Amino acid sequence: MNILAIDTSSKPLSVAITADDQILSEVTLNKGFTHSQTLMPTIDDLLKLSQLTIKDIDGFAVAKGPGSYTGLRIGVTTAKTFAWTLHKPLFALSSLEVLARNIQQRSQLIVPLMDARRNNVFAGVYQWTLTNDNHLENVVSDRHISLTRLLAEIKELNEKAVFVGEIKPFMSQIFAELGHQAEFAATTANLPAAANLGLAAIDATPIKDIYNFTPSYLRLTEAEVNWQRNHKDEGHDPYVQEV
Amino acid sequence: MKATNELILAIESSCDETSVAVVRDGQTILSNIIATQINSHKRFGGVVPEVASRHHVEAILVAAQDALDEAQVTYDDLQAVAVTVGPGLVGALLIGISAAKAISFAHSLPLIPVNHMAGHIYAARLVHELTYPLMALLVSGGHTELVYLRAPGEFEIIGDTRDDAAGEAYDKIGRVLGVPYPAGKTIDAMAHEGKDTFDFPRAMLQEDNLDFSFSGLKSAFINTVHHAEQKQEALLKNDLAASFQASVIDVLVGKTIKALQQYPVKQLVVAGGVAANQGLREQLAAHLAAAGLDQVEVIFPPLRLCGDNGAMIGAAAHVALQKHEPFADLTLNADPSLSFDYAETMLS
Repeated sequence: MNILAIDTSSKPLSVAITADDQILSEVTLNKGFTHSQTLMPTIDDLLKLSQLTIKDIDGFAVAKGPGSYTGLRIGVTTAKTFAWTLHKPLFALSSLEVLARNIQQRSQLIVPLMDARRNNVFAGVYQWTLTNDNHLENVVSDRHISLTRLLAEIKELNEKAVFVGEIKPFMSQIFAELGHQAEFAATTANLPAAANLGLAAIDATPIKDIYNFTPSYLRLTEAEVNWQRNHKDEGHDPYVQEV
Repeated sequence: MKATNELILAIESSCDETSVAVVRDGQTILSNIIATQINSHKRFGGVVPEVASRHHVEAILVAAQDALDEAQVTYDDLQAVAVTVGPGLVGALLIGISAAKAISFAHSLPLIPVNHMAGHIYAARLVHELTYPLMALLVSGGHTELVYLRAPGEFEIIGDTRDDAAGEAYDKIGRVLGVPYPAGKTIDAMAHEGKDTFDFPRAMLQEDNLDFSFSGLKSAFINTVHHAEQKQEALLKNDLAASFQASVIDVLVGKTIKALQQYPVKQLVVAGGVAANQGLREQLAAHLAAAGLDQVEVIFPPLRLCGDNGAMIGAAAHVALQKHEPFADLTLNADPSLSFDYAETMLS
């Protein structure tokens, strides 16, 4: 099964083509171009270099979030439109899990994180299942959380934890709080690798309702948060309605 | 024009409507699915860009599937995919663009980038044959422009607002009157029940240029209301609405007549959301006749085609296709502040 895998959830862009448990090709761009300009040309290049056409792709995989809202929407809209228009299955994986899959240490906890500004992060806790070498267990769900709280929780788990992803700005804080309980991923592991996404997709359940599939933002918009302070979000007409 | 049976799948997502249409030869609508987010944004009193972008992701494929089903066409029947690239909200535009790129790439169809404002003008093409040169008055929440078209697809701005757009002014004074967003339709109705008693300013009407300004009117309106509140006087809301609308329409009509006198044309297209305004429709016809311009044929697209919709994008894409304008490549990006070129007279 050929899978085209797309990760646009943070600044780097990663696209890969996998065939079952083989990586056929992968490109990761980390030059800060906008995903809307680079995603489709990268897909086109990768298919050509792999001597495949889009019709040879049997399924599409996407990093569904959390991450940058605009980036997520570009990847998710592209992937779900491909799956819909070509009648192929769509697979989606947490973008934090995609990062966590860069870490091969089998015994430690893996803490993928992304910078969510003002010392907040998107983070989760993962761990490889010893019985199934392609299964990464989600120990603590992905959340939007202050770094301080996250580190306090990890400390309580009292197990070695490998931090991966956008860790650079937080390393000194992590080390100050956790000391040698914390390990840090090598530079090469801190960028998302879409091949991990493609390889994980073969064991994933396809998205049932492609039409209504949306990114996992993990955060309401500020406007909605403010509105919900004084209103109940129920019993209303559909927010999106064909007229 | 000879029917060529050219079918375009057109996508629009520049603001708070997700719309997908199938249009034949730029003039026949086979389907025009419009999913509006108005119930969501009225919670906030206006369009919240991040909320709009999120809704577009929910709605885009449902609209696309419904458009194909209703038109009863398959990808093999299509000649091209068209998409709005701007002006509009960048995050919202990117949903339509991402979907359009994927469809065009998956089925090897050319991708036609469309200026949203060209779409508004060419909505008229869906109901009427157009002759050139042509004048267009574009009035919406984001724009107030007089556009001169020497030939199909050749747009020149000859008049523009220097501050607020007309539709924006409606929404702002709507807030003062406690009218829910979007305010245009309600204020139009209120105006019909009231009288122009406040005599608000008609900005720039006496000036020679073809430009507009609505922020002075907005301030005059707000000052009048606040002044009355301080003195605890009750003002008739319908009269306020009527006076506001009379000023807006006088300026729109006055400048349009000036434009038609300077640029002789056979047709005037009035387009954009504010083209749905009944007062504007009535006054424009009356004043053109009074100015001896009754030979100019005025085309108001039907209400459904005045708001944002995919069919108008398909109509504009047809014109681009006929003109052999270059197709978009895979790097296509949103262009949130895309504009027509200004006429040379505007640049001096």
